[in-house]
Amino acid sequence: MNSITIDALNLYYRELNFKIKEAVRKEGIKKVIIKNARGQRFIGTGLKEKDVEIIIESGVPGNDLAMFMDGPTVKVFGNAQDGVGNTMNNGKVFIHGDAGDVICYGMRNGKIFIKGNVGYRVGIHMKEYKDMIPSIVVGGKAGDFFGEYMAGGIGVVLGLNNDDKPIVGRYCATGMHGGVIYIRTEKVPTYLGKEVKVFELNESDKEKLKSLIEEFCQEFKEYKAEDILKSRFIKLIPVSKRPYGRLYSPGNHFPLPEENYFSNKKIDIEKKYY
Amino acid sequence: MYEHNKAKEETELFLNNYFRVIKAEEIPTKQIPEIKSSPLHYRYFIEIVDNKKTGSLSLLTEEDYVVNRVVYINKNIEGAFVVSSGKNFGAFKGVGFPEDISKFFMLENYKAYAWTAHNRFPTNTPGWWGGAHPFTLLDFSIVHNGELSSYGINKRYVEMFGYECTMLTDTEVVAYLVDLLVRKHGLPFKTVCDIFSPPTWDVIQNMEDIKLKEYYKTLRIVYGSALLNGPFAFIIGFNGGLIGLSDRIKLRPLVVVESGNTVYLSSEESSVLEVCDKIDRVYHPEAGEPVFIFYNDYKGE
Amino acid sequence: MKFTFSLKPENFIIERDDERCIRCGACVQQCAYNAHYYLEEKDKVLGINHNCVGDGRCVAICPTNAIRIKQAENPYRPNYNWTKERMMDLYEQAENGTVLLVGMGAPTPHPVYWDKIVLNASQVTNPSIDPLREPMEVKTFLGSKPDKIEVVFDKNHKPEIKTRITPQLELEVPIMFAAMSFGAISLNACKSLAKAASEMGTFWNTGEGGLHKDLYKYGKNTIVQVASGRFGVHVDYLKAGAAVEIKIGQGAKPGIGGHLPGEKVNHEISVTRAMPEGSDAISPAPHHDIYSIEDLRQLIYSIKEATDYEKPVFVKISAVHNVAAIASGIVRAGADAVVIDGIRGGTGAAPKIIRDNVGIPIELAIAVVDERLRKEGIRNHASLIAAGGFRNSADVIKAIALGADAVYIGTAALMTLGCHVCGMCYKGICNWGIATQRDDLTKRLNPEIGAERAKNLLKGWKHEIQEMLGAMGINSIGSLRGNRLNLRAVDIHEPYLSILGIKPAGA
Repeated sequence: MNSITIDALNLYYRELNFKIKEAVRKEGIKKVIIKNARGQRFIGTGLKEKDVEIIIESGVPGNDLAMFMDGPTVKVFGNAQDGVGNTMNNGKVFIHGDAGDVICYGMRNGKIFIKGNVGYRVGIHMKEYKDMIPSIVVGGKAGDFFGEYMAGGIGVVLGLNNDDKPIVGRYCATGMHGGVIYIRTEKVPTYLGKEVKVFELNESDKEKLKSLIEEFCQEFKEYKAEDILKSRFIKLIPVSKRPYGRLYSPGNHFPLPEENYFSNKKIDIEKKYY
Repeated sequence: MYEHNKAKEETELFLNNYFRVIKAEEIPTKQIPEIKSSPLHYRYFIEIVDNKKTGSLSLLTEEDYVVNRVVYINKNIEGAFVVSSGKNFGAFKGVGFPEDISKFFMLENYKAYAWTAHNRFPTNTPGWWGGAHPFTLLDFSIVHNGELSSYGINKRYVEMFGYECTMLTDTEVVAYLVDLLVRKHGLPFKTVCDIFSPPTWDVIQNMEDIKLKEYYKTLRIVYGSALLNGPFAFIIGFNGGLIGLSDRIKLRPLVVVESGNTVYLSSEESSVLEVCDKIDRVYHPEAGEPVFIFYNDYKGE
Repeated sequence: MKFTFSLKPENFIIERDDERCIRCGACVQQCAYNAHYYLEEKDKVLGINHNCVGDGRCVAICPTNAIRIKQAENPYRPNYNWTKERMMDLYEQAENGTVLLVGMGAPTPHPVYWDKIVLNASQVTNPSIDPLREPMEVKTFLGSKPDKIEVVFDKNHKPEIKTRITPQLELEVPIMFAAMSFGAISLNACKSLAKAASEMGTFWNTGEGGLHKDLYKYGKNTIVQVASGRFGVHVDYLKAGAAVEIKIGQGAKPGIGGHLPGEKVNHEISVTRAMPEGSDAISPAPHHDIYSIEDLRQLIYSIKEATDYEKPVFVKISAVHNVAAIASGIVRAGADAVVIDGIRGGTGAAPKIIRDNVGIPIELAIAVVDERLRKEGIRNHASLIAAGGFRNSADVIKAIALGADAVYIGTAALMTLGCHVCGMCYKGICNWGIATQRDDLTKRLNPEIGAERAKNLLKGWKHEIQEMLGAMGINSIGSLRGNRLNLRAVDIHEPYLSILGIKPAGA
């Protein structure tokens, strides 16, 4: 198989990332296996090669894993730190463990699956445009500010681990003005952002959720999609695409008259001024 | 720590005046090429003499007496700086890469139950040897990741109680706050952490437990100037163990890693891997959730 | 419930010479604020003073010069504290409970030190130089410079540089167009500036709006910005520009996020920013991956990593109290240039209270940052770019003499496109086709002509800078950079003299 194994022990992040880029871009390697990751930052950052797989077999990769990534698949067999999928453009990330704070900040497309818990401010300002719909599925629980400023995409929190913490922390979806969040829970979380409302799932929601959870379970085999899908989910969507539309005022200015009395009269003024 | 010999002479005169010096020696260091220039390091084992002449202990506790002298040296003796003033406790500070500082002070020769290590990004204040973490006072040490937006008022608050912030860095003030709240005000560490990172008012408002609600409300009303605002995660070392705390909206990371009998507190999990082969459990504390690691024989709260 | 207790006076009075008015309707059609209307039954064109924002469009357009706009007098009882503006603001808030929004840079009377700094000229002891006929270099390179280089001689005794210098931006004139996003300004305005920058050998900046597909061709003269909303940020975008700028802050609104209202987010903007049409484009106050200086280093290096270390990375901050220490941290974090935006810096929309009260003047910021970086021996490691209310070439050259490498101009650049600084940018109906996305308005700005005018400004300023340099007997701008001996202060006193590091005139 077209693969390479890199032992990252004692490798500075620049050397490691240089090796990965060389392997992928110059040698056409399709699968990069990294052993003994020791917090090297920016693994997979900016890579565009679609069919490339980066596998972190042991150790812990550093911050900004898969930042600006645009195609490859990254798998971490262990925990990941902060900033996974930061401004990611496409591709997939699977974390077989927990991940830290600020996961998928400003993410534009692609999918991130995390088996365990995530920290604070996950899904901040995820975006969406036409068929570019980023999604994140968290198997465990999420800290405060999940989906803050979310402008698009799909956030799913499953809460599959049994501890007494709430499934999402406080201020979930605060400032949310696009996209959707699904939470597997019987009761509505407290301290939700005031920009969202809670709904039941409709058929199209269930379809979206099903395909994401199936993909989740395909990677994290100890879970069964049917079991998860049997549970009750709630849906959070923003009330408005313009949460702060009425916060600001024009100051010393007055409402415009409804009608422009003269608007139907055609005049040629373009000649005088550009 | 002395920047020149004159500072040493002056300080020793001062120490002999106010304490009985039982042992004085140079701290062993190794000259290495990576460390280009270094100040002088001496350590003194001292005892307080109850002496009418110096007025010692007549009005003050032993700790206050020491704190006052430490503040005096740092403020008034040019080129002298007290790195550590505790019992069973040491601090090593320097400008250079951590591994070089460790070689310089020959840390391999020391043994301890608890260690804190810190590497600072040289900004805001230019690097100088005294400005490195940890900041210490008596038996408290503190290492800190972040920046306190509330420094201005925290500083003025502790100064009301006779402390003087001489180093223009925010971490120093935390050491004084801990000393003030724990030693002088007699508050338990849990409460001190609740003062530093209290819950937001809306959370307090919604608390069902009336007593708890009153507890937090009172802390915030009385100790509002001691609230630490802005991003931080720090580790306090004291004679009973270590305490980790992050700010109340978690603007800085903190991770707890357990491995056998050892507990690690760190900003990044990956850095623990560098010193520990086998990780049993990784735990991410919540924002403002204090992590207490006490020695088995610690009796306090 | 809507009730009004307050008298709401107009800011402008529209005067029309009815004899001259030919009822052509140009003013009515052109004013998006609807300050003119035609009363058919009387066949008269009338003004609605309340709606007039004083942007001069009708005056410029009227074929018979029939319109005069005058400032309205204060109808309230004069009071030093309760000025007309403060009273009007207060009444507005009493009605709506809102945050007052404004556009453009602060008009507050904070001192403008440029006006109190004068330049030197050569007399007798050394000759001044005539820039029209003798070489006068204003070429500037932006980027990190090594402290020293290694030179070896090959076997033909030719010198050869062994040190590899990190990527640099080459400027034919030390003036660039400041970050203004496609969104804040129209595509035609972006095109004008991009084209002007390309033709003048300088740079324009995308702001946080992504790069429209029509603008990729100006890539080598483009600085692409990464801000907290990460709009339109992807690898191709980062690689499309000549440099990447991380925007932390803006002089007009330090510490405040951005907010492009949904009604401005039309199709083109939604494509460029990859967000749905009609949705608010909200930029958070901080970068949520930068909560400390170490994190800034992380973002700088993630961008360098994503661009294979081929692009310089700038970091833009607003000038705040601790600016020198922060700039030092930024340089140590690996930035190739530090951009500082002063309190008079412009904006498309900012809360008025922030714009007028937060930050420090750019003159003081340049002086302390340059001095601090020199003291720490790291001035070479990054270039210093100043921004925030540069009005003419003298401001520019004084900034360079204080220590800046180059400047950004925003408002001045927009004025070449027709902006009359009415400050209504946030309304999104700019009559001049600049700060708007409405098709009928944006088409008023022809990017070809716009580019020509913006270019003219740069040409004029470049020439003036050359004249001033020549007068000082200096023929390369590098010899003026940080050369504060060529500056003197009139009517500036301590401690500001020492902060600026210049002598009083006569000394």
